[in-house]
Order: sequence, then C-alpha cells, then structure tokens
Amino acid sequence: MIRRLSLALAATSLLALAACGGDDSASSTTEGTSTESDCSTITDGKLTIGTGSPAYSPWVENDAPESGEGFEAAVGMAIAAELGYEGENVVWVRTTFDEAIAPGDKNFDFNMQQYSITPEREATISFSDSYYSSNQAIVALAGSPAEGAKSVADLKDVKFGAQAGTTSLTFINDVIKPSNEAFVYDDNAGAKAALEAGQIDAIVVDLPTALYISAVEIEGTSVVGQFPASAGGTTDDFGAVFTKDNPLVGCVNTALAAIKDSGELAKIEQAWLSDNAGVPVISVD
Amino acid sequence: MSQPGVTRRQAFERRQKRRSVLIALTSTVIVIGLVVALVPQTPGWYKVKRSFFDGAVLSDTFSKLLSAFVKDIQIFLWCAPCILIWGMTLAICRSVRTPALFPLRLFAAAYTDIFRGIPVILTILLVGFGVPGLGLGRPWNSPYLWGSVALVLAYSSYVAEVFRAGIESVHESQRAGARSLGLSSGQTLRFVVLPQAVRRVIPPLMNDFVSLQKDVALISLIGPIEILRQAGIDKSKYANFTPYVGAAIIFLLLTIPETRFVDHLMTRERRRTSGTAVR
Amino acid sequence: MSTETSAKISLQDVRKSFGQRQVLNGINLEINQSEVIAFIGSSGSGKSTLLRCVNLLETIDDGAILLDGTDISEPGLNPDPYRRRIGMVFQNFNLFPHMTVLENIALAPRKVLGQSKKEANDHARELIGRLGLSDRADGYPDQLSGGQQQRVAIARSLAMNPEVMLLDEITSALDPELVGEVLDVVRELKSNGMTMLLATHEMGFAREISDRVCFLHQGQVLECSPPAEFFSRPQHERTQQFLQRVTDAGRL
Repeated sequence: MIRRLSLALAATSLLALAACGGDDSASSTTEGTSTESDCSTITDGKLTIGTGSPAYSPWVENDAPESGEGFEAAVGMAIAAELGYEGENVVWVRTTFDEAIAPGDKNFDFNMQQYSITPEREATISFSDSYYSSNQAIVALAGSPAEGAKSVADLKDVKFGAQAGTTSLTFINDVIKPSNEAFVYDDNAGAKAALEAGQIDAIVVDLPTALYISAVEIEGTSVVGQFPASAGGTTDDFGAVFTKDNPLVGCVNTALAAIKDSGELAKIEQAWLSDNAGVPVISVD
Repeated sequence: MSQPGVTRRQAFERRQKRRSVLIALTSTVIVIGLVVALVPQTPGWYKVKRSFFDGAVLSDTFSKLLSAFVKDIQIFLWCAPCILIWGMTLAICRSVRTPALFPLRLFAAAYTDIFRGIPVILTILLVGFGVPGLGLGRPWNSPYLWGSVALVLAYSSYVAEVFRAGIESVHESQRAGARSLGLSSGQTLRFVVLPQAVRRVIPPLMNDFVSLQKDVALISLIGPIEILRQAGIDKSKYANFTPYVGAAIIFLLLTIPETRFVDHLMTRERRRTSGTAVR
Repeated sequence: MSTETSAKISLQDVRKSFGQRQVLNGINLEINQSEVIAFIGSSGSGKSTLLRCVNLLETIDDGAILLDGTDISEPGLNPDPYRRRIGMVFQNFNLFPHMTVLENIALAPRKVLGQSKKEANDHARELIGRLGLSDRADGYPDQLSGGQQQRVAIARSLAMNPEVMLLDEITSALDPELVGEVLDVVRELKSNGMTMLLATHEMGFAREISDRVCFLHQGQVLECSPPAEFFSRPQHERTQQFLQRVTDAGRL
C-alpha cells in the first residue's frame, strides 16, 4: 500500500515536471550577423571536415577522404583551398549520419554526407548553399516488380527499403506510398544486404549512389528509374551541415560560389559522378 | 489493556505500521518536492525539456508508436514459447547423466557457450540476412521469420542456463525419494525435478523475458519498423527525442503490470504450499 | 557368480567404496520373508549405504544382492522394476514439496503402476486414514509436523505394495515426542508380516521389534543375533564397547 502510494506520487510529480513551464529564458543561441571576415574554425589554423563512417563511393573513394578522391572529398578539398587551408591543415573526422544533424555543438566545422536541405533539419543545424542537386532513384534486381515502371502507380506493390532518417524514406512514404510498408535500415549496407537476400525488391537512394550500387556494388542490379522534379518528383539539394548559426557558413558559401563560377565544381562533378542521362524517368503524376 | 478485544501486540503493530507509513510518505514528498523545485532552476532545463518531454511531439507520434509496438508484441509472443521449449530442452540435455547420452551434453554445452558469447546483434544480422541470402524465396526469407529465429537461438542459451541452475538446485534427495518409488529417470525429471526447478527460477526467467521484450527491437536492424525504429524515424523527422520517451512509456505500460502479475502468482503459490512464514 | 538361495533377500559378499574409503567390506546376510532386521553401529559404519545398495540407489562394486533368488545387482540391469517391490523411507522424509499429501502418495501408483487417478486417490486416502492423517490429505508437506511428514512418507512407500521395506534412520530427524507415532506405524507393519530392514539408533525399539539385530562395524557385519541375546550377551568385543558407550549415553 505504501509502495503504491509512493508510486502514484512519483508518477504525478513526473507529469508535473513535464507540464510545468520552467525557465524560458535559458536560451543559448547567439544572435549575430556573420561578417565575411569571421571565418574562425573550431581549431585555429585548421579546417575540420566531417564525413560518414564509412564514407561511401562515389562521394568518397576507398573511405579515404584525405586523398581528395570522390565527389564530396574533392568538393571539400576545393572549398578548403579557397579558404586557404591545404594539405595537413585539412582534417577529416567521422560521424554517423544522425549525429551531424542532431541538435548541439559539433566536432567539425562542416559535414558532408549527402545531406538534403530540408526546413525540419534547419531547426537544429545550418546548411551551406547547395553543392549538388540530386534526384531520388530506384535500384532493383533484375526481374524485380519495379522494373519497367513508368509512373508511381506501377510501384504500388513493390517492397521498398531505405535508410532511416533520409529524404529517400520520406519520399517513399509521402510520394510513392506503396501498399506494403517499407523496410528501414540503419544504413545503406543493411538495405543492400536485404536486396541481395531478396527481402526487398528495390532501394530508394539518391541517383549517384544508385548508379554506383548498380555499377559496382551489387551484381544483377540496375537503376530502374529516377524521379526528377520535372516529372513531379523532388530534387534534393545537398548542403554542407554546420552547427546552428555558425558564422563560417557565410565564408563557405563564398568559397562555394567561387568554385562554381570558375567551373571547378562542374569539373569535379564530371570526374566523379556518372552520366545520368540514360536513366529512365518515372513520373509522379 | 486499552480497548476491548485488542491485544498488546496488535496495538504495537498498528502503531509501528502507522509510523512507517508516515516516514515513507514524508521522505517521498520531500525528495519529490526537491526535484520538482530544483530541477527547473538548472540552466539547461528548458532545452532538455524541449528535446525530451515535448508534449506536442508526444501527442503527434504516440498513436504511430503504439501501432508499431503491435509488431514487437507479436514477435515476442511467438518467440517466447519457442525460447522456453528450446531452452528447457537444452537444459535437460545438459543434465542427463547416462554415459550413452554424452554427445547431447556436449552439444548443449557448446551451443550455450557459442550463443551466449556472440552478441545478439551479430546473431540477428548473420541469421536475418545470411540465411535468406543463401537463396530462399519470399515469404520464406522474411526478416520477421529469421529475426525471430535468431532471437530464439540467442535467448534460449540464456534461458537454458537459468533452467539448468534450477534443475541442479533441486536436492539429490528428491531424486532418491522418487527413484525409490520405482519412478524412472524420465518420470522423476518430469514429475518431481522440473516442477520444483521451474518454480525456483521464475524471478530470473522474468528478467530474461523483460529483456527479450526490449531486444525484440533489434529486429529493426534487418528491416521491420517496430517501435524503436519508429521512434528513431520520428526523432529524425522532428529533430526531437520525445518519441523515445513515448516508446519508453509504452514499454513500461506493458512490463510493469506483467511483472506485478507474475509476482502475485508466485506469492499465491508460496502461500498455498508453505507453512508459517518467518518474520 | 551368485549362489542359490531361498531367502527373501540375500547379500553375498557385498562391497562398496566411495573413492578411497571402503564403506562396505564384504557383507554376507540372508534375510527371510517377514523377518525384521535392525542394523546398528556407529556413524559411518555403512548402515545407510547398505540400505541404499539394497534398493540399487548405489551400485555395488563387488558381490551380489538377490531378491527372491534373482540377482538384482547385475551391472546393466534396469533397476526400476525391482525398486517397485522395495519401499524405502528416509531420515529426511524426502516428500515432494510442490504436491499435496494425497498427490505425493498417489504419484507412483499412477505413473508406475498405471492406476487411474480415482483408484490411486482412493487407495491413498485409505492409507492416510489408517495412519490418522485424513484431515491433512489436501495439505502440503511444509504444513505438517515432522512426525506427520514421516508417516506420509511411509504411506507413500506402502502405496506401491512393496514386498520389502527399508527404513533408514526414520526417527533420527524427529523430536522425541513425535517418534512414538512413527514407531506405532512400524509396529503395525510388522504385525502385518512385512519384511523390513531398519537402520536405527533407537535401541529400545530395535530390541522390541526386530527378529535379529546386526552390528555393523567398519563395513562388516560383526555379529547378528536375536535381540535378547544381542543386548545381554554380545559376543564380539567391539559390540560390547559400542553397547557400553550407548548405555553410558543413557540411550539404552
């Protein structure tokens, strides 16, 4: 009886705690306009760039971003060079996909892991301008029910898989809306294993990753289709992720604009990302 | 003699009880009062509250969490009996004494060593992706099926050891009494040893089963969207951890009544079979 | 290997050791139908071990044990059929705590003899009625006193209709005032002609009830004689010493 009473008391106080407003004033976001000259990094004299663990092709080759090989590795190095950091002054660190976009302070200056710019994410972190625009695409095994699909209606009975927390998953749930709930994995490795095991028919990922999977990683797969904005799909703009309201964003945006204007970004894209002209379009309407 | 019909001892015990209730209530109120008063004064409270206890996010996500939880319950309901049966079988294999059945003992010991040693995550990935990868077609390659198989394989090893401890705790004299009556080895095990062994290990078994209910969430590694995966998806969507608190609430709503119920059954059994309890 | 015999139980050069310790060192004894033999001796003399060997709870190292002329100690023989015919009651009762008194008694008749539940329960009720425990039929062993538990244990053995009863220090764990009720039961068994082997410290009872008293010392039967002779004119020196010690302790 005593125990029950105490339990009830504990429960009600917990609810009281949750309900009570508490101090609204303890907000620690710093207000401030970023000036172009405020390009300070977390470590003086070095630029710290975050990427995935492991980092996948074609974004980073051989999981070795320091080499500058791979699209994001190359873009990162190019931005660093514009800001005046070279060689061993560019430090690469690894984070999980979720870690980088969670609220709080970061251990990197910016992070590149094919993060799509979304308003939800902007509540907790800041994005640079877009450095690449990508369509969602489908990778499937030969003979899959997803093959030959011309519109979203053809995909209703397909069993999909995607990585948790990605815009690909949101795309499946909000746009494709299959009759069978998608399977969700911690990372693309899980999705690929499931595809190989025949547990799912198709994976939704960004187009460059789809091309890499079908060309190099899983035998017998092909990119069944892409969903460009022109056909009613959504195009994802990739941006680098920063701690919220980090003034460095402005500096990086300037650098990014510079390599776009000089044509360097286009060259990097050509070097590392395959030609997606031949991939069939799936309409959403 | 104070009142008619109340002995000295009864009056004393009544006073003692009243006093201990008072102490318990007062200390509980003080501690909770301190927490409620002081925690909101901390500088980070507002942010923590917003990240973990956001009412709006909770109400938005709760119903989806509940329907995802149904999957966890289903998986648990078909794994638990299999684990009990397979775990009991392994424990019996390990307890046989006849020399002819030695290979069984060896098998059971090796099995237990291996599956207790390998992390459950690994077993789930190996069995959940590996076995279907050998070439099974749908629906035989379902992650629900092989994920459950992996959970059964892993948890049976723990449960087998619990049963084995129970079996060995039954005194040899019980076997002597049973065998002297002409009961065979198998009959002795079934009617005399096992009933006693099982009753003794119900608390540690409950431990394992509550643990299983949480580990069912590991099936999310191979695809199915169960409650913790759903909470994770919502966490990314809302950039907020409250969905996890919602999932925790749902878990507790199940596990607390469950354990109280089993405790009640055990108390009833004990009261039924034993003599006077020692204070 | 075993020699022929017409005795109910024949112990022929029975030997048993536990590791280095030789507990039974060549036991030779013939026990006839309806005979009551009391084994006495100091602790560790092998009384309990001997009884446990007779009902095959322990395997003997050498020698033979014959029941109605059949060698039941042959290695590899299934002991269960013989255990049905030999009942054993233990010092610590060994009742099954998770079953009621009735269930304890009815278990073996149902599972081993194949009796129906009704048949076994009726027989059990009759037995506990005879022992004066009718009102305890649906209670649990933990709720009974020591004397009551031992009587239930005896009833449990009797339910199998054994031909021989082995009673291993059945009153040693009981309070003195409870010993009497148990010994009454044994007296009744004797008057019904049951063949019994008892290991006991109760000298007075041994004298009263047994046909022969055997003194066990260091694994051998040193002497065996009718009680009148045994207690007044022990032959062996060791027997005399033992009886002297027992008398000094005031237990004779």
